[in-house]
Formats: sequence, structure tokens, C-alpha cells
Amino acid sequence: MNYVEHVGKYFLMLKQVFKKPQKWKVFREMLFREIEDLGLKSLGIVMFISFFVGGVVAIQTALSVESPFIPKYLIGFATKRSVILEFAPTFMSVILAGKVGSYITSSIGTMRVTEQIDALEVMGINSLNYLVLPKIIAVLFFYPLLILLAMFLGIYGGYVAGSITDMFFTEDYVYGIQLDFNPFFVQYAMIKTVIFAFVIATIPSYHGYYVKGGSLEVGRASTQAVVWTSIVIILLNYFLTQMLLG
Amino acid sequence: MITVTDLYKKFNGTPVLKGISATFEKGETSMIIGTSGSGKTVFLKCLLGLHLPEEGTISFDGRIHSNLSIKQHRQLRQEIGMVFQGGALYDSLTVEENVMFPLKMFTNNTYTEMLKRVNFVLNRVNLYDANKKFPAQLSGGMQKRVAIARAIVMNPKYLFCDEPNSGLDPVTATVIDNLIKEITSEYQITTVINSHDMNSVMEIGEKIIFLQNGVKAWEGSNKEIFKTENEAIVNFVYSSNLFKKVREAYLNEIK
Repeated sequence: MNYVEHVGKYFLMLKQVFKKPQKWKVFREMLFREIEDLGLKSLGIVMFISFFVGGVVAIQTALSVESPFIPKYLIGFATKRSVILEFAPTFMSVILAGKVGSYITSSIGTMRVTEQIDALEVMGINSLNYLVLPKIIAVLFFYPLLILLAMFLGIYGGYVAGSITDMFFTEDYVYGIQLDFNPFFVQYAMIKTVIFAFVIATIPSYHGYYVKGGSLEVGRASTQAVVWTSIVIILLNYFLTQMLLG
Repeated sequence: MITVTDLYKKFNGTPVLKGISATFEKGETSMIIGTSGSGKTVFLKCLLGLHLPEEGTISFDGRIHSNLSIKQHRQLRQEIGMVFQGGALYDSLTVEENVMFPLKMFTNNTYTEMLKRVNFVLNRVNLYDANKKFPAQLSGGMQKRVAIARAIVMNPKYLFCDEPNSGLDPVTATVIDNLIKEITSEYQITTVINSHDMNSVMEIGEKIIFLQNGVKAWEGSNKEIFKTENEAIVNFVYSSNLFKKVREAYLNEIK
């Protein structure tokens, strides 16, 4: 199957996904389960990575601005910009594409190869709507919160790195964070997050739903899903940056 | 009653079903048998609506499958119970939740009413104290019982089973066979079983359809299968020496 066919099949899948749920009560239960599986269970990794990467960004910036003519508050300023504009929305999304994307593909793919999806269809249930829509809504709702948390912890990580290593004064760092703060940057990050969240939920679902074969194929589909989700995120990041900031 | 008329199905231009016609009666256990690749799974999936045939009709008590609206189609599917080869139980749900699932999706019953019905069908398939267990904690035979319980929880008019005995020991397999037969007769269900287990065929095959290369090669009952001279079915059913001797002994006895 060529790429155009895959794209067409992906959009046909979305058409089936965006239908009214057959039973709202069941949909609600599924939604809360997905928020837990895809959102809450990603909190730990997001917090850990954000905190340390924020620290590393601050240290590396400090090492790059050793000249006495460059003000030290630029460390805080650069860390804030890097974390808000790129690290939190884009690279956290790529990391989540790996963690959550492989989970989505393998769980739906396993349901496919063990005939659980056939069982849903035989009962008269729109399996795409039942399985994928709660995942989309869960990530669209929860990922902006995760990314906001990543932003905060990334900047805080830089602050902690400064106070531990004494490479810069925390007062300078805080001044740098407050300097020239543009609220649109947070909006820009949130717009990107919502779009990436949609990609993280749908591309792995596509790979899982249409898998054929056995467990080996499910594994291959998971890898493919992570690769394609990451590629689409990086490409979209380029175009969104061009459109929103260019 | 399910009536199938001149069913044709192709995959990538290769014909898999070539003009199959059959009737499956209410309250009767019908079996589809055949070698691997004979088209029995495709035939069953066509009956279930998971594959669309190129030609032919499938009628469920006068309702022709291909003529139904989406709403009627959905309604029909709620009248169908299916037992998949591997059980197809939802791994993340307990036994109770698995069996309750169709009730939650398609009825407005209260939790207490649903639980009562779930316990009734679980008891009917002789499964006790397993409500809170997950499918992975059950044996193969117990998983099949849960699958049967889930299939009958909505009081289906039609029950389809794809190799319900695969992977089971002979004793458990016979228990599952008899359970399906009892349920079929008790609730007057039209039951179609896809199998290549000859014990099942002999035990509960009130009607047997033998497929060979996508064509119906023989049709009869488990009693007629002993007497038939049809070479294709004789070679298939009596492929082992044991069954050949059983057949000879049976034919000598009735002479």
C-alpha cells in the first residue's frame, strides 16, 4: 500500500471515529480510563524529564555566556524561551509519542489480532468510535495540562541547577524569566500541543487498528507508529512555527 | 432461521466461496466442517457481516442482510451472539464486566438488573466464583464458558461459534459442546458452529455442511455421516484409522 492510500485510509478512519458515541455512560467510563492510562500515568516521566532538561539547558546556556559583556540574566531568558517554545510542546510530544503511541498501537493491535475488535463489530458497536474517540478526547484535554507542567518544571529545573552549581545567581535567572515575557508564546505552545496531541492519539490508533497477523506484527506496527508520529510532529512543528511566529 | 443463497466471495480476484447455499434451522445445532482453507471461516464471517459477499443473499428470518438499513443492521447484530476461537474476551475487564458489556451498551437496565442477568448466565454455563477474575487468570475451558455467557447474555436469536473446542482437552471440549447444544435447544437459538473437531461433529452435529475448496460438497446429519458414500466427506471425516474402524463397526452393527 502506498503512502497516499495510507493517508486516505487514515482520514476514512477519522470519519468513523467522529460519530456520536452509542452510549454516553460507557463513553464516559472509557474517557476516564484513558485519562488515567494516557495522561496520569505519563505524569512521572514528564516531570522527571522536564526538570532535568530545564537544568541542563540553564547550565549549558551559562557555559556559553562566560563573557562579562553578556548579562547573566540571559540564562533565565534563554531557558524560558527554549522550554516554552520548543522543549515543552515539541520534544515532550515526541517523548509522549514514544511512550503513549506505542501503548496505543500495541493495545489496539492486540485487540485486533485476538479478535476483540471483531467481537465489538459483531455486537453492532462502532469499534473505531468506541476505542479511538475517548483516547483523542483524553489527550486533547490532558496534554495541555501536562505541557504546562513541563514548562513550569523545566524553568524550575534551571533555577535549581543555578542554586546548586553556583554558575549563576538565581536573582539574575528570575529576572531573565520575567524579562520581555510574551503571553502569545504560551498560546503558541498550547496550539502546538493540541495539534500534536491529536497526532499522538490518531496515528498510533491507525497503525494498531489495521494491523494484520500476530504479535510480531503488533510489535512492528508499534515501532512504525512511533516513527511516523514523530515525523509528523516534527514536520507540523516546522509549518506551525512558520505560520504562527514567522 | 438463516437462509443462504448462492454465496460468492473473492479475495484479490481469487474465489474463496463459490455459490454456497444452505439453511440453518431454529433450535438446531448446525456445523460447518472442512479442511483448512476450504472457506469455512470466510463463510462464517460472511454470515456475521464481517465480510461482504460479491454475490448471493443471506436472510435472517426473512431479513436480507444486504437490504438492511444501518439501523436495522445494528438491530440485527444485537440479535447475534458470537463465540470466537480464542474467546476474544476483553483483557482489561473482569469476567463480570465482560459478560455485562453488551447489556451496558444496548440496554437501559440498572446495575442490579444487569448483575442479576450476568450471574444467571454465568451459572447457566456452570461458572461460579469467577466474577471478579480477569480472563488471563482463567483456564481455556473457563474462558470459553465466559465467551458463551457473553454471547447469550442478550438472549440472541442466532449463535455463531468459531472452533469453540480449539485448544481444549477432550473432556472439556465435550462439556462445551453439550453446553452449546443445550442452550440452542433451551432458548430455541439458530446455532452455526465452525469446526474441524470430529468428536464435536459426531456429538452435536444435527446438521453438517462440508465445504471443500469453497463449494458445499456434502450436507447431512451426524447420523447420516456414518452411512454416506460421498468420497470427499468419507476421506475427510475418516482420515484416521480409529475413525475408519469405528465406521466399519457401526456399519456392521446396523447391517
